[in-house]
Amino acid sequence: MTKLLSPAKSKVLFLGNEAIARGALEAGVSVATGYPGTPSSEVIESLAHVASERNLYVEWSVNEKVALEVAAAASFAGLRSMAVMKQNGVNVASDFLLHLTASGTRGGLVLVSCEDPGALSSVNEGESRYFARMLEMPLLEPSDFQEAKDLTKWAFELSEQIGNVVMLRSVTRMSHASGNVICGKLPVKSRKAHFEYDGSVMDSSRGPMISTPVVAKHLLHQEKLKDIEALFEKSPFNRYVGPGKPELLIITSSACFLYAEEAVEMLGLQKRVGILKLGTTWPLPPKLLEKHLRKTKKILIVEEVLPFLEENVKVLAASLVSRIGINTFYGKYDEMLPSAGELNPDIVAAALCHILKVKRKTLPANYLNDSQKAAALIPVREQTFCAGCPHRASFWNIHNAIALDGRKGFVCGDIGCYSMAALSPATGYHTMPTLHSMGSGTGLASGFAKLAQFGLDQPILTVCGDSTFYHAVIPALINAQHNRADITFIVLDNAGTAMTGFQPHPGLAISAMKEVVPAVDIAAICSAIGAKVAVSDPFDLETTGKILTSFLADKGLLKVLILRQACALSPEKKGKKIFDVKVNESLCLGDACGCNRLCTRVFRCPALTWDRTTKKAVVDEVICAGCGVCVSICPQKAIIKL
Amino acid sequence: MKRTRQKETKNLILTGVGGQGNVMASRTLAGMLVDAGYIVTIGETFGMSQRGGSVMSHLRISPDSVKSPQIPRGEADVIVALEPLEALRVLTVYGNPQVCVLSNARPAYPIGVITGELSYPSGENIQVAFQRLSKAFWIIDATSAALALGNPVLSNIVMIGALAKTGLLPIDRRMFEKEIKKTLAADKCAVNLKAYDAGGGMIK
Repeated sequence: MTKLLSPAKSKVLFLGNEAIARGALEAGVSVATGYPGTPSSEVIESLAHVASERNLYVEWSVNEKVALEVAAAASFAGLRSMAVMKQNGVNVASDFLLHLTASGTRGGLVLVSCEDPGALSSVNEGESRYFARMLEMPLLEPSDFQEAKDLTKWAFELSEQIGNVVMLRSVTRMSHASGNVICGKLPVKSRKAHFEYDGSVMDSSRGPMISTPVVAKHLLHQEKLKDIEALFEKSPFNRYVGPGKPELLIITSSACFLYAEEAVEMLGLQKRVGILKLGTTWPLPPKLLEKHLRKTKKILIVEEVLPFLEENVKVLAASLVSRIGINTFYGKYDEMLPSAGELNPDIVAAALCHILKVKRKTLPANYLNDSQKAAALIPVREQTFCAGCPHRASFWNIHNAIALDGRKGFVCGDIGCYSMAALSPATGYHTMPTLHSMGSGTGLASGFAKLAQFGLDQPILTVCGDSTFYHAVIPALINAQHNRADITFIVLDNAGTAMTGFQPHPGLAISAMKEVVPAVDIAAICSAIGAKVAVSDPFDLETTGKILTSFLADKGLLKVLILRQACALSPEKKGKKIFDVKVNESLCLGDACGCNRLCTRVFRCPALTWDRTTKKAVVDEVICAGCGVCVSICPQKAIIKL
Repeated sequence: MKRTRQKETKNLILTGVGGQGNVMASRTLAGMLVDAGYIVTIGETFGMSQRGGSVMSHLRISPDSVKSPQIPRGEADVIVALEPLEALRVLTVYGNPQVCVLSNARPAYPIGVITGELSYPSGENIQVAFQRLSKAFWIIDATSAALALGNPVLSNIVMIGALAKTGLLPIDRRMFEKEIKKTLAADKCAVNLKAYDAGGGMIK
């Protein structure tokens, strides 16, 4: 039996995302969907593992908007369902979400957004909390692992009570942190799916599910929100810890509660500072806030990333000013805390020291001095493609083709591990100068290609991963073909959604629940829209190089090159070397070779290192994945396959 | 081995380079401690940022409550490193005169070192820094022990075995065996136990 199905009352160590999955199971969820994205992926992954045992339908959808639509259909048919995504996934889903909050839902529908303050594994630190306010959805934020489970379960009940979507927001330090959880009961599910639509248009439980009449439905929704506000007043997920009359009141939510608690404890301020922890952050419960705002004149709001809670508390405080008087607020607006990046106990402690004029105990001066000296010796460890990564070979090919062409071509980038080619330019051999959202590389390339009439004469290339192709590239590609955009579009097909942990996508013949499903072929789609299509293995430098060079010379049309080679970390490849690779020391000329250390200085594989004493290249057998690409790049043929 | 229960929160940082089995090691340790009745909080990040980069798991082992998933600066009690440079990196941020360090000896070179733009500190310099910045430290060749058992990724288990032997955490072999049996097949359990024992044998 998997840990996720542990019996009631058992005490288990859950990843925050597993706790969310368990909460959904305890609520009797039937349908769970999502699109992989760090730090959200483990929610759907863990539910997929127990799908057959718990009679669930779990789907990796093509993108977040479709994921929410699939989950909504289950809700309309009376089942409990959830859609799970990372912060920017909510943007993708938002057009449907706007209309969904207007039509309302039936079976409990929970939207889980796992966000990434500090962009630890993202190229943005976007906030979806503002969607809760903008679209008037109740917002819940767990601040420990038990709450991650319990709030998720409650979210389904709330959703049914209000007949609308409830949003649960987690952050990396909650989703990817782990802690103890006491399990509750797993229910026996008895709901049967049926979609009722014969009722009146204003009857959301029996009528058609549409957003009109817009104003009347909007008013009805706002009335229901008032009921939710009343429930939030009494919620046990909002609690206060601290003295009756604190000198300073901290208002916080999510993982920030743990930082605040730690900072107060570290500075020994338990008798001076109180903490109001909110699990329900929109709409704010006004009476509860009034009760605590009365306690003191100084208030510090601790949250990530933007001042969402701060703004909402201040608006409420302004309307209460005749009763509670004037407070001094500290937070993001006065720059007491940063409005960019993630927080931690040290940042909160520094703010507390400043406001309350206390000092934090420091380490002995000589220790700090030694520590600084040691820190000066430490080289940065830059992100890079793994040993054996097909992307390194792909970008090597792309770079060489662009250089050979000589017109200063460039690659419009996209989202995946290959984003590293832009984040760390030397990793992509300085070929990829743009990077935005999923699918945007192709859209941008389509645009660049139309600038010839204004004098742009550089070849335009773009890349995307196999999962990204289905997620958001297809419309941009059709745009490029239809508008005669001359671009070389390269699919870096590594046989799965590799960056987030090898989740399947529509190109594979397997589903999230391990069922055999029809694979949708990328090459066939590209051919069907009329593009010129070729397929190659990026490890075959000669063939791939020839195709790329001919594509760059072939003007006026859309060219598609699919580079197929599985990720080095994929389950079928991991730990298995294709070749044993070695440097033949008698052939390597080292510094004396005219290559100027092409293999280590330029190629940049973590397994191919430079021995500073012998001044020759050497393969690290522990790190080498045995792809053999370096064998093809050595002009001296000193790197050999055994 | 009989161990007494700790009364205060213990802060352990497990560090290394992406792909060394850092996450597996931290979860194994945490699982053992949860079974022993502790409230354990693990803070970690994984995803693209870890491809070839530094990885770090923060373990808070408390007798009674959930802690912040990020340990404050200067507050580590124990640092376990699968790679020596990463031990030093963590030590200079989270170290204090009372910290104990257990580090693998084998370097994994950052790409900037491979290209020749940066240099990797000498083994001697690393050892001097450990000496100045910790109460006690152990440097063991866990990778060679793991290679001898047929798979370099077992280094993480060698380190757990060594950590148990240092007596810095309330863990023992029986707890380890019970934990890995929950997730691993019998043949894998056997080689993991060998790796655990090899680690213990390296601590004098």
